[in-house]
Amino acid sequence: MAATTETVEQVRAVTEQKYKYGFTTDIESDVAPKGLNEDTVRFISAKKEEPEWLLEWRLKAFRVWQEMEEPRHWAKLSYPPIDYQDAHYYAAPKMKDRPKSLDEVDPELLKTYEKLGIPLREQEILAGVEGAEGKSPAIAVDAVFDSVSVATTFKAKLEEMGIIFCSISEAVHKCPELVQKYLGSVVPYTDNFYATLNCAVFTDGSFVYIPKGVRCPMELSTYFRINQANTGQFERTLIIADEGSYVSYLEGCTAPKRDENQLHAAVVELVALDDAQIKYSTVQNWYPGNEDGVGGIYNFVTKRGACRGRNSKISWTQVETGSAITWKYPSCILQGDNSVGEFYSVAITNNFQQADTGTKMIHIGKNTRSTIVSKGISAGRAQQTYRGLVKILPKAEGARNHTQCDSLLIGDQCGAHTVPYIENRNRTARVEHEATTAKISEDQLFYCRQRGLSEEDAVSLIVNGFCKEVLKELPMEFAVEAQKLVGISLEGSVG
Amino acid sequence: MASTTLTAPAPRGYDPAAAKPFLEQFDRVKDGLPGAGLSWLNELRSQGQARFAALGLPTVKNESWRYTNLRALDKLTFQPAAETGEAVRFDVLPTVRADGATGPRLVFVDGRFRAELSSTTGLPAGVELLNLADALTRKPDLVAEHLGRIAAPDDRTLVALNTAFLADGPVLHVPRGVTVDETIELVFVSVGSEAQPTAFHPRGLIVAEAESHAVIVEHHVGLGSCTTLSNGVTEVFVGEGASVHHYKVQREHAESFHLSHTAAKVAGKGVYDNFILTIGAKLSRNEVNSVLDGEEGDTHVSGAYMVRGGQHVDTTTFIDHAKPCCTSREVYKGVIDDQARAVFQGKIIVRPDAQKTDGYQQNRALLLSDTAEIDAKPELEIYADDVKCSHGATVGELDDDQLFYLRARGIDKAEARGLLIGAFLSEALEEIAEESVRDAFQSYVADWQNVR
Repeated sequence: MAATTETVEQVRAVTEQKYKYGFTTDIESDVAPKGLNEDTVRFISAKKEEPEWLLEWRLKAFRVWQEMEEPRHWAKLSYPPIDYQDAHYYAAPKMKDRPKSLDEVDPELLKTYEKLGIPLREQEILAGVEGAEGKSPAIAVDAVFDSVSVATTFKAKLEEMGIIFCSISEAVHKCPELVQKYLGSVVPYTDNFYATLNCAVFTDGSFVYIPKGVRCPMELSTYFRINQANTGQFERTLIIADEGSYVSYLEGCTAPKRDENQLHAAVVELVALDDAQIKYSTVQNWYPGNEDGVGGIYNFVTKRGACRGRNSKISWTQVETGSAITWKYPSCILQGDNSVGEFYSVAITNNFQQADTGTKMIHIGKNTRSTIVSKGISAGRAQQTYRGLVKILPKAEGARNHTQCDSLLIGDQCGAHTVPYIENRNRTARVEHEATTAKISEDQLFYCRQRGLSEEDAVSLIVNGFCKEVLKELPMEFAVEAQKLVGISLEGSVG
Repeated sequence: MASTTLTAPAPRGYDPAAAKPFLEQFDRVKDGLPGAGLSWLNELRSQGQARFAALGLPTVKNESWRYTNLRALDKLTFQPAAETGEAVRFDVLPTVRADGATGPRLVFVDGRFRAELSSTTGLPAGVELLNLADALTRKPDLVAEHLGRIAAPDDRTLVALNTAFLADGPVLHVPRGVTVDETIELVFVSVGSEAQPTAFHPRGLIVAEAESHAVIVEHHVGLGSCTTLSNGVTEVFVGEGASVHHYKVQREHAESFHLSHTAAKVAGKGVYDNFILTIGAKLSRNEVNSVLDGEEGDTHVSGAYMVRGGQHVDTTTFIDHAKPCCTSREVYKGVIDDQARAVFQGKIIVRPDAQKTDGYQQNRALLLSDTAEIDAKPELEIYADDVKCSHGATVGELDDDQLFYLRARGIDKAEARGLLIGAFLSEALEEIAEESVRDAFQSYVADWQNVR
């Protein structure tokens, strides 16, 4: 079933209006001059009033980065050279001081988040919920706008339980010993080109610490927004779950429509100690560029979780619909005995989007288990690759992995690729990998249409069914949003 | 290939310095190589020489070689095979035939043709089975038309090395519509020399014209314990509606390096069926490339390997669905014991117009010891939407439940393990359509198991 001209037209029509987050906020910003050198690093560090050790760490990273080669040879991505000197590395909305309450935040900013549907006023979340007074709210938000965090909700309430949830810049001052102990402990400053760049110039991001035995009563969430033109966003997130604790964390991202590409190189580090659990969910909806492949975010992200303790668990769930380029491999280092790693991913690429994404599961401890479920949907002229590594080290007795990668192709101009690496050095380990590639079956479509569903509803239904294993892993609020996104991203792409 | 491309600097993942010892010999031997008077062949050889000089050997930074390190070759200086004349005698040569039966057979010792051990008995009229050195004088047009056409001396540096030194090897030509009933056997014996490590570069050519059919079995065996390097390249042309069943068993000795590249091109409705059984060699790598170049073509690329001690076995396959409505099937099974290491890399590519492709790949490995290792990379690269492709890979140990089941019936542990391993490998051998070949290969598997 080849795509007809009509389909192509439809896809165009849909994608043009699909990205509803493409607006720009007109706000005065404090911007670092273009370019990247040691002074840029010092400038950022000074803006954040950072302690000496952190500046030294940044500078060390920067010196290493200068010697590094951009990793262009292995990922199945193609993009023009990036001029790292032609961007601003710091942009922040002009504010006198860090606002103490929402009333001090620029109303333009508040309007932006309102438009994006992100609740920044604590009472708003509770509005409409009868007798919500005194009950646990659903979600706490840290809102990062370009290079800075503009607001964090429910901080006080969380503090009562000993939970620290704030921007990482704030954490550097508030709990330096925790930051110093864990920052770079999962993704060291020498890790890879983009992560090392991030170490040198990261501006803000979220910090979470869940104390021993505490089950975080609400979803924690960070919402990243790129607004300023010609800026890169380099955020850094660090989540530490102490012994026996639990946290579910959500991440969302959008950016305005612009004709030039913008760089986003984030680092996320997760640490789970004995019996702790971290559930990390992402709905990545950066601006993907237009239907001709102009503009869009270059998303080069390093996400890694360390299951340091016994019986710990880290679970990554991602729904990737945005970005012109996605380069992202959320990983788990399963160090503690009996620890568990999970990776659930839905990636949808349309038009000229390119995604090279997957995971790494490194089994070090005994009886460590990992599950990988990856669903890729490629339409238009998009190219998508699943790239994953399952590595079993000699001591990982009884380790188990199961991997399932399915790809769906819509139209004859796109590509779907699967590149799994399996390295096993333990006899008692069992690793299973399965992958399939197919198109939406005509029988399924016919069956739905025969029952009166429109073609688009049928496709949306079938694709949602295809993704179900992953979507069911998302927290409720996200699952609803993700299902809609799946539908929107593919509307009209089957003829 | 333009000369500038040939001398283009090595991309990432090559060690040009490693080319030196080989190239020093090239100048010495090139004038004595068969067909040295043919200008097209000289041109082809110097292309190979130029590309190999620029690239050298691959390193583990080369994506295709990330799990197989050729540094061991670097430490040795290989000399071309010396004239062994008739000095090496054989009581018995390997065969899949019943005792005493004779059939078409070519024998090569250290890459050199041994006419007195070879025979063309039982071939239908018009079928040519001869060695490359002879073919260059007797059938120069056939060779010129096909040699180097599907295994070009490009960035596959070992193909370039083979091309530079190519001297001898089997040539088979089956004319249009002819069916060869007798199984054709190609026997390669590595002997080497006490004096120094020996290298040879067998070059094979199989041309099956439209609607022809042939069954070929390659035996690779070793004699003695001298260090040898066999760096073979075989090109297989499968015409419209033709079928070639190409089986290979490699049982070289523990000091040999066995590198092999087989490139097949399958025309419309053609069938190329390849099976490789790997048992021997210190380090071996079999690369099989099959291009489905016409509609409704079919290719099977399968095999089994069993390694122990410090052996290293690498299987790298590439199935290229270049045209619509083709099918491919790949089944590999392996058993790894002691400190041995196995590598499986299998790539299926479906080109933009290759709609209605049906591709299947399965790779399973059993680890029998705590120090064995398997690295697998099954890869799909798909550019057409109306396709059905799947791959699966599993690695692990023997199933405890199955072991328990057998032991509960009074079978001791060693025997139960043996039964399960045998059954596991048999599943791969089932892919061999030819019964006599399957039986012979099955007995090699049993021999391997009995050593333990």
